[in-house]
Amino acid sequence: MKIAFELNGKTTEVEADPSARLLDAIRADLGLSGTKEGCSEGECGACTVLINGEPANSCLVMAGQISGQKVTTIEGMASEHKLHVIQEKLIDKGGTQCGICTPGIALTALAIQKNEPKASRARIRELLAGNICRCTGYQLIVDALEEAFQAAD
Amino acid sequence: MIKTRVESESSRQVGVSIKRVDGVDKVTGKALYVDDRKVPGMLFGKTLRSKIPHGIFKGLHKDPSFDWSDVTVATAKDIPGQNYIKLIENDQVCLVKEGGTIRHHDEALALVAAPTLEKANEALRHLKPDVSPLPALFDMNKAETSEVKLWKHDNVYKSFLIEKGDELEAAFASADLILEGEYNTPAQEQMYIEPQGMMAHYKDGTYHIVGSMQCPYYIHKAMVPLLGCGESEVIIEQAVTGGGFGGKEEYPSMLAGHAAVLSKACGAPVKMIYSREEDIAATTKRHPSKVVHKMGFKKDGTIVAIDVDVLFDGGAYLTLSPVVLSRGVLHAAGPYKCKHTRIKGRVVATNHPPHGAFRGFGAPQTTFAYERQIQKAARALNLDAFAIREKNALQQGDTTATEQKLDDSVGSLDVLDAVKQKARPLLVPQLDEWRFGRGLAFYNHGAGFTGSGESHLEGKAKLVLNAGGKFEVLSSSTDIGQGAATVFVQIASSALGVSPNDVSIATPSTNVVPDSGPTVASRTCMVVGSVVEKAAKRLRAKIKIWGDEHLPGKNTVETATAMFEAEGKQSEIVTYRPPQGVVWDEEHYKGSAYPVYGWAACLVDVAVNRWTYEAKILQCVHAVDVGKAIHPIIVKGQIEGGTMQALGWALWENVLYADGKVVNNKMSNCIVPTFADAPELSTIIVEKPYNDGPFGAKGVGEIPMDGPAAAVANAIEDAIGKSMDALPCSPEAIYKAWSRP
Repeated sequence: MKIAFELNGKTTEVEADPSARLLDAIRADLGLSGTKEGCSEGECGACTVLINGEPANSCLVMAGQISGQKVTTIEGMASEHKLHVIQEKLIDKGGTQCGICTPGIALTALAIQKNEPKASRARIRELLAGNICRCTGYQLIVDALEEAFQAAD
Repeated sequence: MIKTRVESESSRQVGVSIKRVDGVDKVTGKALYVDDRKVPGMLFGKTLRSKIPHGIFKGLHKDPSFDWSDVTVATAKDIPGQNYIKLIENDQVCLVKEGGTIRHHDEALALVAAPTLEKANEALRHLKPDVSPLPALFDMNKAETSEVKLWKHDNVYKSFLIEKGDELEAAFASADLILEGEYNTPAQEQMYIEPQGMMAHYKDGTYHIVGSMQCPYYIHKAMVPLLGCGESEVIIEQAVTGGGFGGKEEYPSMLAGHAAVLSKACGAPVKMIYSREEDIAATTKRHPSKVVHKMGFKKDGTIVAIDVDVLFDGGAYLTLSPVVLSRGVLHAAGPYKCKHTRIKGRVVATNHPPHGAFRGFGAPQTTFAYERQIQKAARALNLDAFAIREKNALQQGDTTATEQKLDDSVGSLDVLDAVKQKARPLLVPQLDEWRFGRGLAFYNHGAGFTGSGESHLEGKAKLVLNAGGKFEVLSSSTDIGQGAATVFVQIASSALGVSPNDVSIATPSTNVVPDSGPTVASRTCMVVGSVVEKAAKRLRAKIKIWGDEHLPGKNTVETATAMFEAEGKQSEIVTYRPPQGVVWDEEHYKGSAYPVYGWAACLVDVAVNRWTYEAKILQCVHAVDVGKAIHPIIVKGQIEGGTMQALGWALWENVLYADGKVVNNKMSNCIVPTFADAPELSTIIVEKPYNDGPFGAKGVGEIPMDGPAAAVANAIEDAIGKSMDALPCSPEAIYKAWSRP
């Protein structure tokens, strides 16, 4: 069936089985490969997207559930000519290594910035607990986000 | 003074954290990993696995009621060449043949390709292997005496004996304190967030294989005999790779083989992406270990004798086990002076899936043992944790267990001192619920291949001058997240005296780049980086000579631009040669085991809960001597990433086998640390420059994995007064230790 929703600020329609995973609708049907698949059980957070501004594991969401909702993927984070400050800081402070978890982390961070821009380091860690990174040891990501949130303040 | 200008130019990109060259693609989601690639007509491949740990594969039954019209099934019969995955020994099959022996629970029996992933999965369910089980061997302690013979007469893949001094017994007799302990560590999953994946297309007589990997040429070397083709008939290209940590060192050759065999069989491009469950169950992990470590001490803490016996579980095939064990035994005496040392090691066959490369490569297991020993000695002799290590630490001019004289870049005391200075005091609040403790660990790690490995490898790198004064680095060293591409840009641009923007890195593809050796062993920056530096310097000299003659007074880029216009593309290729004095006796395991060592110390404070038995890390201070940090943020990222994997191994991570099967093959039960589990890390980069490394750099990738687990166990022992001699130090393990009388 046709599912109509807002994707990265634009009205979109996708022809998909409503019980298919949102992850597959985004990657396979819409051809947006920035959303990654790491575990297929909502544990690693590599497939994180924002639904109405809140992080969700797109491997656990059915495509039909997003009808009429607003979905943000990593492709919608930077403006045409400028990276979002979170993206800038992730590069500059060493918050991305292999990069496979980065889209999910950047999007969760976007939600934190909106909801709790003054989050402490400990709170940032708590809010990002659903996004696993195996490369960095997390410290440099927290450094990057702390700076990004301050810069945007 | 022109010379001064050139001097300062030649290192201006080193020691600064330039923008990661792959940063923008990664933060915007544009970076293309193998699963992001699509080719018209592409099929999806899946693997039928044995599901018994040992037995005979008698045949394959295809359900006749299933629609096989658009499904290709490939078996060992479809392998165009010889059925083995080339490595040290060629004992591992690509697919078990009919009548052949199944040696582990997730061994590949057959492959399917179908137009959709769903259809491929469905086809798998309609394939029934006919198997007849055999008795299996799972306990590495029983391998040598088991009736089950998996490798020769005793199941020993490889054994080593390293001896130094000839009066070991007398040395023990002279000791005031003899400590002997048994230390056990479990398998550990690399848990790169991108599962293994590969795509192959056999077309016009050539195999094009692209995927997630550390070592394109390992795959290339394995494909030639497997596919029965010439070297020019197979091309291996690295896609952007989502982490490796050793897990994508040898296993990708298997997956590439499967994808290639399928593609040849069905005549279409085939993509194979492992599910997480399949990846954890079937691919390599860190070797489980048992280390029996005996040390003799004088009252003042001086180590007088060391006797170690190392046992690793190699799993069902030999794969890389001999070299993992080699590194394990070579590190088993630690960064300590001792005249009388004996180290024995064996790696044995079992019916577990093959264990293999994982950051640290055998050293974390033996480091855990000797650093537990040193802690016990300090407690028994009532010595300060730093003092006992400082007293015994190898220093410049000392000799190691293999009688290698250390004459360059020995940061042993420096890392200990750095940690001592940085650590906050351990605060012990009066809380009934928590017990507090502090642990220290001190270790070194050989950078580069063991022994004469680098001489045999002859790693090469090439520097090319293209149009417009643009340079390109060609090497098979892969960026798997560790930052190799960025660091090579820094090394090359500094050596050339140009801006990093004028240097790019070629995609590692075997038809384009020379064989630089594998991306392993903390060798990429130090070994391949040094070759990149030499090639860049030679190219710069060539450009300068041309410029002096044709266009004097211009800078490198201007001259290079003109030179390209006049003379065309220029290139320099350099082969690595180990520094003078690196001599290794392979037969007796004597001499320079490694060209140089990194040095590290890690201090951990813990709080252990009296009621829940959880250990919380309050402080983790880690100092690592890296020679020279070419890109300080990337180096910090390497240290912290390795530290967290080690803390994970210390407290939480565990691969559980039952009858040869990984029973926790999901990310929800094979857990790794999350943001919320991870403590704040305090990282100190120590720089004792290494003369033969690029701008003084030596390896950093693995050493941070080696020691933190021992520091954690030492801290827990300090807190609860009971020894923790096995990993992980889970609440269950702490409960058991604490309940011991």
